[in-house]
Amino acid sequence: MMPRKIRLSTNVDAAPGRSPRQAIPFLLPALIVLAALVLYPLVFSLIRSFFDASGDEFVGLRNYVDTFTDPRTLIAFRNNVIWVVVAPAAVTGIGLVLAVLTERIRWATAFRLVLFMPMAISLFASGIIFRLVYEEAPNQGVVNAVLVGVHDVFSPSSQFPGARPRTGYTATDAGFAGTAPVQAGDTVMVPLIGFNPQQVPAQALPASAPTAGAGELRGVVWLDVSVNGNSGKIDPIERGLPGVAVEAVRDGQVVARTTTGDDGRFTFPDLARGEVVVRLPSSNFSLPFRGLTWLGSSLITPVIISSWIWIMTGFAITFIAAGLSAIPRDALEAARVDGATEWQVFRRVTIPLLSPVLLVVFVTLVINVLKIFELVFVIAPGSVQEQANVLALQMWQVSFGAGGDQGAGSALAVILFVLVAPAMLFNIRRFRRERS
Amino acid sequence: MTLVAEEVRIEVPVSGAPKRGVLSRLASRLGNGFVQLVLALVALFWLVPVFGLLIASLRDESANTSSGWWTIFTKPSELTLDNYADLVANQAVWQSFLNTFYIAVPATVLVVVMAALASYALAWIDFPGRDALTVVVVGLLVMPVQVALIPVAKLFGALGLFGTITGVVLFHVAFGLPFAIFLLRNFFTGIPRDLIEAARMDGATEWVIFKRVVLPVAKPAIASLTIFQFLWVWNDLLVALVFADQDSAPITVALRAQLRQFGTNIDMLATGAFLSMIVPLAVFLVFQKYFVQGVLAGSTK
Repeated sequence: MMPRKIRLSTNVDAAPGRSPRQAIPFLLPALIVLAALVLYPLVFSLIRSFFDASGDEFVGLRNYVDTFTDPRTLIAFRNNVIWVVVAPAAVTGIGLVLAVLTERIRWATAFRLVLFMPMAISLFASGIIFRLVYEEAPNQGVVNAVLVGVHDVFSPSSQFPGARPRTGYTATDAGFAGTAPVQAGDTVMVPLIGFNPQQVPAQALPASAPTAGAGELRGVVWLDVSVNGNSGKIDPIERGLPGVAVEAVRDGQVVARTTTGDDGRFTFPDLARGEVVVRLPSSNFSLPFRGLTWLGSSLITPVIISSWIWIMTGFAITFIAAGLSAIPRDALEAARVDGATEWQVFRRVTIPLLSPVLLVVFVTLVINVLKIFELVFVIAPGSVQEQANVLALQMWQVSFGAGGDQGAGSALAVILFVLVAPAMLFNIRRFRRERS
Repeated sequence: MTLVAEEVRIEVPVSGAPKRGVLSRLASRLGNGFVQLVLALVALFWLVPVFGLLIASLRDESANTSSGWWTIFTKPSELTLDNYADLVANQAVWQSFLNTFYIAVPATVLVVVMAALASYALAWIDFPGRDALTVVVVGLLVMPVQVALIPVAKLFGALGLFGTITGVVLFHVAFGLPFAIFLLRNFFTGIPRDLIEAARMDGATEWVIFKRVVLPVAKPAIASLTIFQFLWVWNDLLVALVFADQDSAPITVALRAQLRQFGTNIDMLATGAFLSMIVPLAVFLVFQKYFVQGVLAGSTK
């Protein structure tokens, strides 16, 4: 399947060393360390998981029962399931597509180098990189900066965010609607508050009340700063607000639209007889879009998974590319000569021939995902860490963090061990098969 | 995984140009341009986050809190090395940077030496239980460190190793060994039998065969293992978080205290993170081939 540079020699088992005793000095250092720091601890953890926090009292399975009923741990379980279902498949799929695509470019080596680079740096550093990428403030996090930029192109931010009429209007979903119906010939006064006078556009002119002629409706929208407690009336220093959209609504239907001029005045000419309601659409006053709360409790797990994809994709690409280069060109060419399209070649020839490699990549990624710790630890802010929790982090928190319960911690460690055990068997079986 | 036994080819295989019609050639030309564009965008996606961190580390605190790193394109005068000067002047952080070396170097050397010895026995000395032992090592490849944290913390406490660099090193050695043995054993078994047998005929001891025959041949595998293990330990957070104290903490542990106030500590965190990345990035760029092979081989960890 894959190109082999060094073959496992087929009859290793028959290789006669002269005396078994000579193996001892070679093996001893490694065996002592493995026995003392890996095997003994494994047994100890198993036993320890049946004792309480202090380690004095035997509690049977209580730590396990507590673990499976503790809401925090259940969130960690749930997140681990999400991770295992989504992340390895995503990385394997992306890696496969990119590996196939890189076969068609000249700079494949450089490309793989770039994508492999995250494997070299620590998960801690990667975590900080992505904490910065997803930082909520659009002037710090680049994702929200881009989102706000794009959003403002398609739907420019409002001119007077947060402003509202002082009296006489009720807030509806569509905007502020006048409480008193008006009709042609009337003059409408719209005093606005809740906006910083210094942010009023420079072209704004002093406001004054217009007088409506027959058949038309006039009005003025101004910033009612009411210096002398003169609220609801136009003071000499008060300015009209330019560019405010105004609608005339009759029976729920908008019958006319206009915007205010530099002096804040607006006019509805030729208004048909009958009463209308003046409404200021909410788009005038909507608060600026600030992007999404990436590091909040609802998006945190997808965000951390995305950073893991960034880290692991290079690994998948390189591994799969090695497998791809081992596929006999003849098989692909034969299929093409038979008239298969590129997609059919990919689907019917490449993927089946690659499937053993894909399986190895996938299993490797699953093991990696089960042990996820640093990324959650670093990217999730303290307040949402509970929502982003995973088993490996929960084990640390319970045993060494705030928890301090090494009985429950041992139970979690054993559970983690049981979860990776299938991968252990997978490896052993593969190893046995390759030797025979 | 299956280790260096599988050669990782980074080169693109040159596919012969099949004869096709003008139209399909045009289509493939266009398609190729599209592929190039997509891959260039993907590469950009991979680079921008790191670039952002680098720029953030080169801007001072007030610049980082008031505007994003991308504004540097309009205000390049904001670039400064002050953060790095501050960090290096900070005794605790600088000490932690040195600690990272003090931990990673011995943990790498010990693993390579112990694993080479054990792998030689597993590959070329016949002793009872050899197969069983090899299978145990393969099984240990994916062992989560969590199963050992609590017991080893107790053990180190009793031995006075808790909170010391020695303790952190020993733990890394223990959990580095299975993969190291697996990788080297696979390589050693690939050495031609004649080489070993000839040396035995000449009356060489096992030690001499190991030193004079096996080690020289195994240099590429040892290089892969050394680089992989060094970066693995260098990049660790969890093990040091448990076993190191303030004086023996590596840089990852020293920086984590700053995480609580991320928004206002960007200058320091970005600088610290980048400082911790410099060594791995340099190793990666210089020994790229060995590192890629090591990671592909050791991905199971």
